[in-house]
Amino acid sequence: MTKLPTWADVVLVPVISLLLAAFVAALVLLAIGQSPIQALNVMVEGALGSAYGWGYTLYYATSFIFTGLAVTIAFHGGLFNIGGEGQALLGGLGVSLVCLYLPMPHWTMTLLLAMLAAMVFGGAWAAVPAYLQAKRGSHIVITTIMFNYIAAALLIYILVSVLRPTGSMDPASARFPDAVGLPKFHDMPFLQDLFLKYGPDGLLKLSKEGLPTYQRVPANVTFFIALAACFGVWRLMWHSRLGYEIRAFGKQEKAANYAGISSFKIIMIAMILSGAFSGLMAINNVMGQAERLLQNSAEGAGFIGIAVALMGRNHPLGVLLAAILFGFLYQGGASLGLETTIPIELRTVLQGLVILFTGALDIMVRMMLGWFFVPKTATAKGAA
Amino acid sequence: MADTVAAIELKGISKSFGPVQANRDINILVPKGTIHGIIGENGAGKSTLMSILYGFYKADAGDIFINGKLTPIPDSQSAIRAGIGMVFQHFKLVQNFTVLENVILGVEDGPLLKSSMSKARKVLADLSREYELDVNPDALIEDLSVGHQQRVEILKALYRQAEILILDEPTGVLTPDEADHLFRILKGLRDQGKTIILITHKLREIMETTDNVSVMRRGTMVGNVKTSETSPEQLAELMVGRKVLLQIDKQPATPGEVMLKIENLRVRDIAGVERLKGISLEIRKGEILGIAGVAGNGQSELLGALGGIQNATGSVTYKGAALPLSGKGADGRTRRDIGIGHIPEDRQVLGLIMDFAAWEDMAFGYHYLPKYQKNAFTMDNEAIKADTAAKMATYDVRPPIATLAAKSFSGGNQQKIVVAREIEADPDVLLIGQPTRGVDIGAIEFIHKEIIAMRDAGKAILLVSVELDEILSLSDRIAVMFDGQIMGFKDPKTTNERELGLLMAGVSGEAGK
Amino acid sequence: MDYATLLQILDSTIRLGIPLLLACLAGLYSERAGIFDIGLEGKMLMAAMSSATVAALTGSVWIGLAAGIAGSMLFALVHGLASITFRGNQLIAGVALNFVASGITVLIAQSIFGQGGRTAPLAGDARFLPIDLPFAEALQGVPVLGPLYYEVISGHSALVYVAILLVPITWFVLYRTRYGLRLRAVGENPASVDTAGVSVVRLRYSAVMITGVLCGLAGAYLACGLQAGFGREMTAGRGYIALAALIFAKWRPWQALGATMLFGFFQALALRPDVVEAVAQVKVPVPALDALPYILTVVVLAGLVGKAIPPRAGGEPYVKER
Repeated sequence: MTKLPTWADVVLVPVISLLLAAFVAALVLLAIGQSPIQALNVMVEGALGSAYGWGYTLYYATSFIFTGLAVTIAFHGGLFNIGGEGQALLGGLGVSLVCLYLPMPHWTMTLLLAMLAAMVFGGAWAAVPAYLQAKRGSHIVITTIMFNYIAAALLIYILVSVLRPTGSMDPASARFPDAVGLPKFHDMPFLQDLFLKYGPDGLLKLSKEGLPTYQRVPANVTFFIALAACFGVWRLMWHSRLGYEIRAFGKQEKAANYAGISSFKIIMIAMILSGAFSGLMAINNVMGQAERLLQNSAEGAGFIGIAVALMGRNHPLGVLLAAILFGFLYQGGASLGLETTIPIELRTVLQGLVILFTGALDIMVRMMLGWFFVPKTATAKGAA
Repeated sequence: MADTVAAIELKGISKSFGPVQANRDINILVPKGTIHGIIGENGAGKSTLMSILYGFYKADAGDIFINGKLTPIPDSQSAIRAGIGMVFQHFKLVQNFTVLENVILGVEDGPLLKSSMSKARKVLADLSREYELDVNPDALIEDLSVGHQQRVEILKALYRQAEILILDEPTGVLTPDEADHLFRILKGLRDQGKTIILITHKLREIMETTDNVSVMRRGTMVGNVKTSETSPEQLAELMVGRKVLLQIDKQPATPGEVMLKIENLRVRDIAGVERLKGISLEIRKGEILGIAGVAGNGQSELLGALGGIQNATGSVTYKGAALPLSGKGADGRTRRDIGIGHIPEDRQVLGLIMDFAAWEDMAFGYHYLPKYQKNAFTMDNEAIKADTAAKMATYDVRPPIATLAAKSFSGGNQQKIVVAREIEADPDVLLIGQPTRGVDIGAIEFIHKEIIAMRDAGKAILLVSVELDEILSLSDRIAVMFDGQIMGFKDPKTTNERELGLLMAGVSGEAGK
Repeated sequence: MDYATLLQILDSTIRLGIPLLLACLAGLYSERAGIFDIGLEGKMLMAAMSSATVAALTGSVWIGLAAGIAGSMLFALVHGLASITFRGNQLIAGVALNFVASGITVLIAQSIFGQGGRTAPLAGDARFLPIDLPFAEALQGVPVLGPLYYEVISGHSALVYVAILLVPITWFVLYRTRYGLRLRAVGENPASVDTAGVSVVRLRYSAVMITGVLCGLAGAYLACGLQAGFGREMTAGRGYIALAALIFAKWRPWQALGATMLFGFFQALALRPDVVEAVAQVKVPVPALDALPYILTVVVLAGLVGKAIPPRAGGEPYVKER
């Protein structure tokens, strides 16, 4: 197989994989009698065509950044954490408990507490499979999946029997107090101007008080925390001893043992960190958007983290870009559900295809690319 | 007439892996009913050539003639049909299968196993009688000694009615005694008219066993001679391309105080089998204690226990204090902290993270040292890179590019990275396992000189090697290990290969303690 | 708990254990050949959807069964392509296929039936019908054994008996045939097979395709036997539980039967809150019962499984060494 230049490996391989996934998805759409072109138009228009669309795209992207980073950290440690969904659910529980029972006078303080709770709950939920892997050799892929199911059941129990306000029929917690609400993009100075509402006459729509009004979007301050998290994970993985040890362990467990790196310590820390990042996602969706704890609040974002991490080549910058891409797919997919008869599950199919092409068929993609890079080297050799 | 027909003739064989030309225009002629040696350094292309003959790789160019007939060998199946059998250096046996199952694999008589099994049992009994090849057909491979596993490989080939048998470095894992037995078998096979090709890098085996010998160097064939008309010196020169110093220049040792005192050291593996059965020895400042022995007799466990990789029981005293052998403090990092360095036996599995850049590997195991930190949270990657550049220059690592991944270096240069890292850490005790395995001659000389220099600087060195030559030329004292025990201590100046060989085979000279 | 209740639970144990058994045997072939398959779940789901769809459209469960097997084998082929031909990461390939299956099954069912991702309910010949074993009625009066025969052993659909027959068949194939010898060898040390002149690629593909067939049976039984139609995510983690059972069984067929029936029993218990409460003497909330099979799976995996050594070459793509 031809060795690809680094830029091709880093940029072209994910892009081609994505195109292949899109191509197969288009075939699926054709097979069920839908138009892929129309679908793409609706998705682009819905997700990227307006500030409003971006407000949703970035909201989803925020969640995916956290779960993508979670999977990335575990991957570097040689661990496949499929439990992001359950860890995110538990993180949501932690966030809700703080928001409901420990609300602080200012949202920033509540946010710090809630982040801590999200990380502790998510991390703890990952710690059990980690411990079983480290001490008992229980296959972490199977245990983390089992823990997703268990988390879902646990959440239902807690919502129905503990957190549900009396008289409510919904399996959901009470609303959080207004004081803990996080600033959304449309609440932020400068940024909010993007979301100004205009009337049909092209003039600003004003409220009764004569103030401008804004389109409400779910993207919130958590997005900036997610950006900081990307930077933090990059520093952690490539500029800290812990990151060095996690990567060494993930590549060659025996060599790590030779170097005196404890496998138990690394498995536990990498998984707890991973779970903590999955849990942090709840800041975005539970505290930032729903403002109460709902059943199935994670909405599959935990799983999308796998696709995001693979697509992003397990690098925080890649994760950021891939998360935005999946934010687009998610918001675009929602537009599909609203405006066409294409079922929203198309998102899951695409997500699976991206994982397939970037994670399992990457050698095929490289081989295909290799054909394009062969002639060059061959002529170079011939000339020499 | 039969004598004039070549069993094998290779014409113009070439093969490259990417940019590496492993074989270049190789010609070779092996008469029927002879033992033909192929000798060359590591990486000279011997194994590649034989893998082509066995259909494991496809040659880029060239022809293969079997018994005078042009015979293309696109896959192993064709090689087997052409009557070629191969005993690989790493045996291709299924560990949890019986001998019988391994023998019939791929040549079963029908869809059901029963008839093949009973037929194979009979054939095996005959072959065993004929060629001193006795093994229990119902034994599991994982329960057999390495020597017996090798016999299974030979039986496999014979069961497939091989007329031509290729053996790749067959004695690397055998005691001298087992090796002699093997050569008796090979001679017996030759006398029955079979043709044997023996690949080795050991001159002695060539001289004692073969009828003809071909010498390879850097992918080309540099000589074909009758064994009776050549000498070891001539072969060595052909192999390396220049005159070789077979002796190492060193002063007599001046041993100082005891650095490491080991008493009754025991190690069990995961399955609970005792691999180290009560070892006792001492290593002094300024001496090299060589551990001789066939691979797999507890040397790895000895290094592992001392290096903090494996749990052990017993007692080890280092600089007068007890060394923890399990639990807290029994890990590679703590060992390094207190001055015990370790060049591991397998650099690709233990010593290096192959995907890491050279600079990351140059700090491997020492990555937590204060000199590599910027602050409490951040490593000083620039300092490590600068450090690596300096070490690469001193140890002549080629190419001297710190950002290149470890896997992109040749075996010798990978080993130099490990050696540089461990020696420059300036330990008081250095554990060394197979320092020159898979390393070219130039690098071997360099590494040997570094080891002697460490000794002369007053360090205590434990050297484990399966190469008797290496043990004999470097060590100041020799301990021979067999079956997890020490069979005896010898003085390299007064002992010889014969004596060590007997101890390595478990034939006790003095009672080992 | 009385005898009748016990019989009912055992009866559900078999019903619920059969899809696990089929999936577990499916995984056994693949993993014995050295291909880890986390994608049993997706293949079952695919088979459930395609069999229910075709059964609903044609009215024949047997045509549905064939479609289910075909759907599952299509996914098996992709898994083989990724993990054998292109030497990709087997775990990731499996996970990817599970996601694709989860989405595409709903997509197809929705576009055909327009019932929120479900297929039309199956009835009559579009389902696997129970078979009464000989003398089941007549022997019902025999104390203890009669009801056991009638309630538990008799009265299942044909696939149940096929699944149980597959246990000795698998044992025989694995240990008494040339194919089994080579299959086990390729999962332990593919180089031994390669140097013996047998194609590693062909052998592994054959195993992966057998996995496809068996997952097809499992999915079809789920949609057309156990239930009357396909519903989204109806496999509910059975593919993973089957893997846990496979590890528990240490990759051996008879033990797989035992392990899957144990997990089937856990699932049967989850359906009987009354029994659980009577035995445990406390009121058990419904979500706890739902979680029970998953919790017990973890407990078995962590607690009961000693050192389970998988086939040695498992998970690693075969590359000739240099």
